[in-house]
Parts: sequence; C-alpha cells; structure tokens
Amino acid sequence: MKVKIEVFLRGDVFDPQGKAILNAVHHLGYEKTTSVQVGKVFLLDIEGDRSTVEKQAKEIADKLLANPVIENFTVTVL
Amino acid sequence: MKTVKFGVVVFPGTNCDRDTSWVIQSVCKSEVRYVWHTETDISDLDVVILAGGFSYGDYLRSGAIAHYSPVMKAVKEHADRGKLVLGICNGFQILVESHLLKGAFLHNKTQHFLCQKQYLKVATTDSPFTMKYARDEVIQIPIAHGEGNYYLPQADLDEALTYDLIAFQYCDKQGVVNEETNPNGSTASIAGILNRQKNVLGMMPHPERSSEVEMGSTDGKKIFEGILQWIQSV
Repeated sequence: MKVKIEVFLRGDVFDPQGKAILNAVHHLGYEKTTSVQVGKVFLLDIEGDRSTVEKQAKEIADKLLANPVIENFTVTVL
Repeated sequence: MKTVKFGVVVFPGTNCDRDTSWVIQSVCKSEVRYVWHTETDISDLDVVILAGGFSYGDYLRSGAIAHYSPVMKAVKEHADRGKLVLGICNGFQILVESHLLKGAFLHNKTQHFLCQKQYLKVATTDSPFTMKYARDEVIQIPIAHGEGNYYLPQADLDEALTYDLIAFQYCDKQGVVNEETNPNGSTASIAGILNRQKNVLGMMPHPERSSEVEMGSTDGKKIFEGILQWIQSV
C-alpha cells in the first residue's frame, strides 16, 4: 500500500528557506504571495491492511522522518 | 596519574575524526581510539567524542540517521552512567537528534554554509568541559556548518538559564552577544549547551581546529584539558 508522508516546519519555527524563496517570488513580480513554506514529501510502500499501514507510517514519521521539536507531519494512505 | 581513554566515534561521512584524535593523542598526550559506528561495547572508554563531518551525507536532517546507528545505544548508556560525552558540530547535531540534548537544528538564518573564525563567550565554567576558562571570557574557535541554527523551545531555554546549561554563546571580539553577532540565528546565540547533569556537551565550533599555535588559536585546547583534569580529580 502506498503512503504519502508530508513534513513541514511548525508555524512558530522560522523557515529561512521559505523566506528566501518568498523573496525570489516577489522579485518575479508576484507581490500578492504572502508566504512560502518548504517541506518534504516521502512516498512509502508498506505491506498490510489499511489500519496497520497507517499506524506504522505514523510511527515511522514520528521516530525518523519528522523531528517533533520543529516539525509537523501528515500521513495519507493513497 | 590516572590514564584517561578517549573514543572518537566514526560514522560513514564523519571527517573530523583524525583531527580530533590528533589533538587528544599528540597535543594532550592522552590515549584515544576510533569507535566504528557498528560497535556496541565502549565500556573501556572514559570519554566519548562524536566528531564533526557529514554523517550519512546529512540526509533527511543532520544527525537523524546516525541516531539509529548501533553505537548510539552504547553512547546513551555511557552518558547515563555519568561519563563524559562531547559532540562537536555534526556530533552536536547527532546528540540533539538522539535526545541526549534538547532542541533541534535548522538551516543557518543566512542560508549559507558558514566557515569562519568565530568569537565565543564562555557562559558557564561550571562543567568539566569549561572549567579551565574564566566566566565571560571571550575565546576564538572556528565554525563550519550549514545547519547550525540551534532551536530551543522557550520552556527548554528557561531550564537552560535556570540551571546554567549554556556553555558558549556567539559574540564579537568585545564579547557582545546579540542578533548582529549571532552568525546562524541560534536561540539565545547558543553555540554550545550542556545536559542537565552537565556530563554531555554539544557545541558547533571546532575546538580540535584551535588547539595548536599553528592553527591560529589554542583556545579550544582548554576543553580537552578540562576533561582530563576533571576525570583525574574524580
């Protein structure tokens, strides 16, 4: 089963990459853009039934793919 | 005098292991061995050093994959027994990912890799690592990192201030600590921090690169000397 895990910095954590990209977007003339957040996407293939796969994906995200001190994650079973 | 045995942990991608061993062996005249990341028994060591570099290519987050190397379980047990652990640069990042120290790392506020001489203020002398300095002394130890923006949540910062856990802060030549003298954007200009028991220190600057006159500064040597003196006095 394919699972998508998205990881983003928490809202209260400054994202220097996002800020740099936002500046570049403004330089392109898109002044109405007010924020850019940079994140990571992971696609995993995990064998098993839907609830087990979802549970394991959350554990993997929590233990390894995201750092809960600075990041949030969402898990979507595709 | 008690012989002090150091171990320098080598992960795939670690690149400051030889410099660190050189300083311990040739400058500080102490015993040292390399510790490969698959080792599980490090009970012969008094001090563990996680050296700088790019363990596992800095994939995912700096230090995140090294956290799950077999040796890290042994390093945690070593620390739990009250023995000393020093993490330098990538070693600091590994200690944070392994929860031996609090906080997390973000990219430098400038988005640039920084490689420069750096002034630091010694914020506490109450630890084995910093006991040879004077409080508020300004020292110079180089930095070289892309993800050195140390983030510490407010509650953990309060704890660090209450228990005097901040070891070094970025500053200028006069010892001024503020936003302008902070090269990477770290919380409270923190360059090095101790755990609550003060037997684990993580620091972004490289003391092994400033322990000999030929290197332009010998200010880093006192960290290794402090470790030696502390163990020999116990």
